[in-house]
Amino acid sequence: MTTFQRMIPVTHTRFPAKPARFAAAALVAAITAGGVTQVMAQEEEDPIKVGILHSLTGTMAISESTLKDTVEMLIEQQNEAGGLLGRELEAVVVDPASNWPLFAERARELLAQEEVDVIFGNWTSVSRKAVLPVVEELNGLLFYPVQYEGEESSENVFYTGAAPNQQAIPAVNYLHEQVGVERWVLAGTDYVYPRTTNRILEAYLQEEFGVAEEDIMVNYTPFGHSDWQNIVAEIGRFGSEGKKTAVVSTINGDANVPFYRELANQGIDAADIPVVAFSVGEQELSGIDTAPLVGHLAAWNYFMSVDTDANYDFIDAWIEYTGDEESVTNDPMEAHYIGFNMWAEAVRKAGTTDVDAVKDAIIGVTVPNLTGGYAAMMPNHHITKPVLIGEVQDNGQFDVVWQTPSTVAGDAWSDFLPGSRDLISDWRAPMRCGNFNVETGSCGGSTAAEEAEAALAE
Amino acid sequence: MRNFPLPWPCAARARPASAWPALAWMLLLMLLLMPTLAHAQDQTQNQPQDQSDDAAIELLEALDVSSYADKGAAIEAIVTSDDSRAREWLQELLDGRLQRTDDGRFVVVLENRGRDWPVADALTGEALGEISRRNLERIGINNALRNQLRSAIAVVDLYSPDLERRRASAERLLGEVDADLAEPLVSVIEGEEDDQVRERLVQALAIHRIELGELDALSQLEGSLHPRVRVALNRAASGDDPVLADAARSALAGIEQQLKINRGLETLYFGLSLGSVLVLAAIGLAITFGVMGVINMAHGELIMLGAYTTWAMQQLLPGQPGLALILSIPAGFLVAALAGIAIERGVIQFLKGRPLETLLATFGVSLILQQLVRTVISPLNRTVVSPEWMSGSLHINDALSLTLNRMFVLGFALVVFAGLMLIMRRTRLGLEVRAVTQNRAMARSMGIRATRVDIMTFALGSGVAGLAGVALSQLTNVGPNLGQNYIIDSFMVVVFGGVGNLWGTLVAGLSLGVINQVLEPWAGAVLAKIIVLVFIILFIQKRPRGLFPQKGRAAEG
Repeated sequence: MTTFQRMIPVTHTRFPAKPARFAAAALVAAITAGGVTQVMAQEEEDPIKVGILHSLTGTMAISESTLKDTVEMLIEQQNEAGGLLGRELEAVVVDPASNWPLFAERARELLAQEEVDVIFGNWTSVSRKAVLPVVEELNGLLFYPVQYEGEESSENVFYTGAAPNQQAIPAVNYLHEQVGVERWVLAGTDYVYPRTTNRILEAYLQEEFGVAEEDIMVNYTPFGHSDWQNIVAEIGRFGSEGKKTAVVSTINGDANVPFYRELANQGIDAADIPVVAFSVGEQELSGIDTAPLVGHLAAWNYFMSVDTDANYDFIDAWIEYTGDEESVTNDPMEAHYIGFNMWAEAVRKAGTTDVDAVKDAIIGVTVPNLTGGYAAMMPNHHITKPVLIGEVQDNGQFDVVWQTPSTVAGDAWSDFLPGSRDLISDWRAPMRCGNFNVETGSCGGSTAAEEAEAALAE
Repeated sequence: MRNFPLPWPCAARARPASAWPALAWMLLLMLLLMPTLAHAQDQTQNQPQDQSDDAAIELLEALDVSSYADKGAAIEAIVTSDDSRAREWLQELLDGRLQRTDDGRFVVVLENRGRDWPVADALTGEALGEISRRNLERIGINNALRNQLRSAIAVVDLYSPDLERRRASAERLLGEVDADLAEPLVSVIEGEEDDQVRERLVQALAIHRIELGELDALSQLEGSLHPRVRVALNRAASGDDPVLADAARSALAGIEQQLKINRGLETLYFGLSLGSVLVLAAIGLAITFGVMGVINMAHGELIMLGAYTTWAMQQLLPGQPGLALILSIPAGFLVAALAGIAIERGVIQFLKGRPLETLLATFGVSLILQQLVRTVISPLNRTVVSPEWMSGSLHINDALSLTLNRMFVLGFALVVFAGLMLIMRRTRLGLEVRAVTQNRAMARSMGIRATRVDIMTFALGSGVAGLAGVALSQLTNVGPNLGQNYIIDSFMVVVFGGVGNLWGTLVAGLSLGVINQVLEPWAGAVLAKIIVLVFIILFIQKRPRGLFPQKGRAAEG
């Protein structure tokens, strides 16, 4: 398939030739056995439907369209390896068009009309919040592949991206311990992920490292902010007071390019004031001339430059699939890779694609990740991940300069926020609760509907 | 820089009237200019301080360890090794080009894009062809080592015959001088011919002496606005020595006023530069919306087309970003103007006098253009490289530098504005445009072909949007969403300035830019935007026709 074809916002991409459905139906009709046999036969012949809920148009297409391709590639590979439970996999692609309420509608379409067995999708937190009540109501499975702010654990969602303790906290630990940073700029785009993350970080810095209030500068900018002159100048001044300063950036998407450009033009060098970013990966860098950015940092759980054979195989497969020598891989793609394999493993373990059975079977499933280790699904529906700190190189790649000695388990509820620190999440029987309060000993229950409403109202 | 032993050339230089004359300098210069050739010469002439390859490999081998502390020690060993290739190795290590093949050979990566990279031998400089990146192991460094390397190179460069290198070196050493370097630095300062280098080195030495608590060094730093000097003074001001702390505080107070003035100038520049972006984005709209009265919601996408033209031009002329950028100016104008003509002929002409429908139809066009770019080119942003002469900043003084890319955009905006004024005031087209907009029927009866004028005007406005795109490609993302970010701002500027008045657009754009940047430091970027918007709403309530309303019968008509 050429890139051109794949970019067309298709609503339904039916994967390889439909198994002869008519023939199967005729066969079933011919057999005059009871209903049980009929269902069995149908199940065996019908493909397993995998829903893909990523924006292919609109502002988020820049990030999400590659994830759609990733899942399609994984499905293709799985089919080449003989499918799952002897059945073919079929991708059902819908386009929520970067429109948050539309995410909920499309999710409903996938679950109610298409009756998909699993959904891989979403990028922004607000779109996830919008989808949450739908997957809970219709009892679907959603694999969410992007790093996020935590403070959530749904029975029907599996979070394969990093929680704050798998990205933000280790990153500031690195800066504090290895680089000796004493002053902090927390710069972010003005929405829920940066605000929650920065709240956690502020509390963490003050509690753990005793950082004074005047040594923390918090700054928020609107989406797609392009005029960084003043803010960069201010960061420069903030950083020239004699204490080692670093910028912790939760600046999202497009706004990063002008931000880094301005940093370079104003001569703020990574060796003086390093910027550690949580939302800048290989794909974002592919839109920038990275020569002036060398040495700035990013914290992820995967980098394309990771030197393992599994990773090289994945990259080669990806380049072959896209047909583009220059195409890059990134962290959310690895998250889908892990999530997809976990789901496949859980289906194999359960022997069925039934949502409740898969949900129970997947906890404890361990699959290899691309960084030479293993990822395990924890009872709180988060996974274990290594945390890597990479420095930007002039070819748009990251060089890993530090990593956690072992993998870190994702924490749904931050230990550094009041209210949140008493909550735990455990979806195994008998607790089966996403927000169990250890103080009061009671389960808070699902608040998906209210959260979705609040998120969409913003 | 701490405990940093002096590298090889200083030892040579320190000997008075040593046998390190012009010939050696020339050799060094050649070595710097033509690394590969120079390596070959190393082999044949065999300089006395050159090590055997075995020893050199040993030096490099020490770098290939996982601990960054050990790497730091290995770098020091290279610095003190007297090997003539040391500076090259340090630079290659700093650039991340020093790598190791699977079979343990040290190579320099010449180009690191794609899956196979061309490499050369690190010891001999001999080209080794392409090697797959799977088989190459990079010798990684982190920011701390990067600092160490830069300082080491700066110390070496202090003795370089190349003035630029010496300047960079002196700049680097500010705040980096330690006890080991302080002593030789005195003689370097004496022997230095360039004033700029000397001044910096004196300051660098003074900072070191203040750290030692020497009060009289303070006088050498007085009046300096350099951030690193301020760092040193700030440290001294909070130090233990009360006399020194007082003196440092008064020195800081002395530069406070100057810093304030510089900061004010900086904010003004930021404002004007933001304003120039607004003017550029809006000026095309000032023609299509202001003069013709067409609400063109696809204006932003015309800007985007201009930016993509720049990208395409750079793809056509790889390696020449500057030339490509200059050629994109006419090309961007043409592409956007043609697209504008297509929109005018295809949509707008049928909706004359129906603003609401024009608005909706052109909004549709804007979505179509966006998706077209996503589908045909890519939903991902494209890399537009800034040419060398547009990167970095113009150094006014130590506390004030103006970023060059923004300065070019500011100049470009003014040139475009002047050009447009000339067209509207001095050419036949301008005259006809004004005639048609003032009274269409009358103009037609005077023999002006109104339809043709419509097309030309719309093409002109669209072309100018294309020019804005070319300029914006140097400041922001080139992606399908580029236009969306500017459409609202553009309408805001045109309405605020007064519909139909180009001067109004200029004044409105620049003043909104300055207001925004003055507000931003204390209100934050989000709030500043809101305040500006509220301000405009209130202003329009008071003066519905904007800053410079059109007067006369045409305005009422």
